[in-house]
Amino acid sequence: MICEKTKLALQTLFPKAAPTASDVTIDTDAREKDKKKKIEPRQNGLVERDYAIHGYHLDAQVAAGQIIEAVTILDEAEFFIEAITGVDWIKDNQLEVVYDFCRYDFDLCRVVIRTRLDRNAAEVPTITDIYAGANWHERETHEFFGIKFLGHPNLIPLLLPEDADFHPLLKDFKA
Amino acid sequence: MSSPIELQSDETFILNVGPQHPATHGVLRVKMEMNGEYIVEAETVIGYIHRMHEKMGELKTYPQYLMNLSRMDYLGALGYSHGHVLVVEKAAGIEVPERAEYIRAIMVELNRVASHLFWFGAFVMDLGGFSPLMYALQDREHILDMLEAVTGSRLTYCYFRYGGLYNDVDDQFIESARKFIPRMRKSLKKYHTLVTGNIIFRKRLEGVAPLSKETCRKYGASSAVARGSGINFDVRKNEPYSVYPEFDFDVPVYHGCDSLARYNVRMDEIEQSLRIIEQGLDKLPGGPIMPKKKPKIIKPPVGDYYQAVETARGSFGVRLVSDGGKTPYRLKLRSPTYSNMHLFDESCRGMLISDALAFMGSLDLVIPEIDR
Amino acid sequence: MRLTLFNVVAAVIIAIAFAAVNAAYLVWAERRGAARIQRRPGPNINGPFGLLQPPLDGIKLMAKQLTIPGGADKVLFIAAPVLAMFPAIMSFVTIPFSENIVAKNMNVGVLMIFAFAALGSTSLLFAGWSSRNKYAMMASIRAVSQTVAYEIPMLITTITVVMIAGSMDLMEIVHQQSGSFLHWNIFPLLGKSHNILMPLSFLIFFTCTLAETNRSPFDLGEAESELVAGFHTEYGSMGFGLFFMAEYANIVIGSCMTTILFLGGWGCPFGLFPGVWWFILKLYLLIATFIWIRWTFPRTTIYGLLNLSWKILIPLSLFNLLLTAGLLKVF
Repeated sequence: MICEKTKLALQTLFPKAAPTASDVTIDTDAREKDKKKKIEPRQNGLVERDYAIHGYHLDAQVAAGQIIEAVTILDEAEFFIEAITGVDWIKDNQLEVVYDFCRYDFDLCRVVIRTRLDRNAAEVPTITDIYAGANWHERETHEFFGIKFLGHPNLIPLLLPEDADFHPLLKDFKA
Repeated sequence: MSSPIELQSDETFILNVGPQHPATHGVLRVKMEMNGEYIVEAETVIGYIHRMHEKMGELKTYPQYLMNLSRMDYLGALGYSHGHVLVVEKAAGIEVPERAEYIRAIMVELNRVASHLFWFGAFVMDLGGFSPLMYALQDREHILDMLEAVTGSRLTYCYFRYGGLYNDVDDQFIESARKFIPRMRKSLKKYHTLVTGNIIFRKRLEGVAPLSKETCRKYGASSAVARGSGINFDVRKNEPYSVYPEFDFDVPVYHGCDSLARYNVRMDEIEQSLRIIEQGLDKLPGGPIMPKKKPKIIKPPVGDYYQAVETARGSFGVRLVSDGGKTPYRLKLRSPTYSNMHLFDESCRGMLISDALAFMGSLDLVIPEIDR
Repeated sequence: MRLTLFNVVAAVIIAIAFAAVNAAYLVWAERRGAARIQRRPGPNINGPFGLLQPPLDGIKLMAKQLTIPGGADKVLFIAAPVLAMFPAIMSFVTIPFSENIVAKNMNVGVLMIFAFAALGSTSLLFAGWSSRNKYAMMASIRAVSQTVAYEIPMLITTITVVMIAGSMDLMEIVHQQSGSFLHWNIFPLLGKSHNILMPLSFLIFFTCTLAETNRSPFDLGEAESELVAGFHTEYGSMGFGLFFMAEYANIVIGSCMTTILFLGGWGCPFGLFPGVWWFILKLYLLIATFIWIRWTFPRTTIYGLLNLSWKILIPLSLFNLLLTAGLLKVF
């Protein structure tokens, strides 16, 4: 129910490439996929996932500039923020920022917003103005991955020492 | 309750609460700007026992990582292991025998009762009452003894395996668990007479530290923090996993939005957990505790997987990104207290320091779990 | 004259000994009592029932170094614990334990004890201020505002009793209540006052004693979950020991005063065999109540505490004072 609504709302972010049925089938068949096949970096777009396998319903990959827009849509639909984190796709020379959202009511809908950034210039606008709770999550992602959150009020290390200048969750990090 | 006086910057002083302070129950530091007894501004500083569990997750293989999860939250460790094994089983497509799922649920609920009991004692101690902690610990001791007999450890369990359990429960456990339930109910009644009805206790909590639904949503609060603010959110009900749909239990929700509501939610949760344990013991099916068919080396297929579980402290989520290898490509642990604690900075403005510390107690903090 | 001087010196020495022994063994009693309430054994290793625990603790404390924090006011820092103990000991001098056991009876005994009690709070202020520690400072400010707030209802209640007795002499106040417990100021049915609200006065007085001695649920001066250890955060060694002893000495004095003012001093509840044993019995029953309350109740907040005094206790005690005055005029 709410999933459908959110899906429609999020689709407005991708005017030209509405998700095709093939997107869905390919992804739900992840198990049968040939493991040796090289995984291409995903293109921006909205994908509906099989909840039983992946544990979330909607997966939207947006451009960095669209983050605010996408998060505003979720905020209006009364989603709460679960977490923000990053993934280092070193082979593609990309960093991914992952935003997890869920809702408090029984109309279950988990939404994942993600954006791919260039590994050398990883910058994404902050969403602390929309979700105050994103503050710590963004600080954490910043210190672990070196991703800059533009406009963040206090982007200093949170869990690491305050003078830490390394980013331990990067794949090329050596202790 | 907000400070009635407009302040000049030179009229305040900085009070450094922690990292070693009796009320923070661990190495948490809150830098408070104070106007006398009132807090003007607070900044929480965390990370004193950060161990980088997420990086360890990337470096260790799946079975090697099992024991890390219980090091996150030393009070309700089994809930965290549960989340982790569930996500790996989901990703790798491992079937779990029904008996194992039931035993998991019973163990997690026992652990939840133990955790809530400790919280109850520590919370009343934050308010200056010492004796309830001792009573709570005595009841908790029974649970720890039971868990020790089955899992082999008292605090940092490594009991769950991918696909099942390390050890089956025996008749002795079932008997002692059955005995424990009425005893705990009796103690619960005693706690309510001793503490809940106490006028000083109520005066200190009623209407103190209001948290609106909106604040909870913006920070992603869960557990009693959300449920005390009238949000009916419990992962066990909202997003049923494991065998929880088989159990008949309620989610206590209070609309007080204050510290007392959060207290009441947790106290009622003990009763609900006892109900789950009772039903679990009744329904416990026979059969194996490990699946017959299980891959030797766990290599989940490419993709990313998410699993949320309701631990004693709230909605704990594991995001597993797999590249098909023997180790996870990325393992994100979403800890509930991290979000709950984040509320504190904003919400404690204008509070008395004693109320703020009571508020901090009502959040049920376990610092290693925030710092990960 | 010489004899009197000798008497006073002897009395002071006995008072110090009494205060010290009481303080030491009240700590033991408190720990054993707390353990009993919390269903655990408590100190039971050293000596029978752990009775050697207090002297051993004393030796340990004395053997420790007294560390003075950097930037602290040394003179005040060292003077504060002494200043805490001194009024507590002095007050013992004028307390009559029975017809004959009293060091120096004064006709202004009540006044003297309250004067010394007021002095006690300055030591808390000194300790907190000289420690150069924010927690200690906050705690001492709390403690002083608390003492100021609770001295008023305490004094008003005492004036009620003094009015009934017509004297500030503690002996005289006890003599007034001689006879069965119906003559005592707490149940004044046969005594001089016929004020049925006197039990209320007793409760007010008892509550104030709790607050004046910084005991739970009014132990805001050393609220350890908020202010670490309160005004004695920076004290170790015997500096801390003296504060600790002063606290228990103050409890003894508070209980003595309650016994004398409301419970008929050394009088027997049935008017038979009055004597010091009755005094001791009442005294330790009151102290046991102190311990019991401490391990049962959580702590109030500073505003809860001040509201209780200014909004409830002071109006009530004033009303009772007026009522007693009126009744005394009528009968």
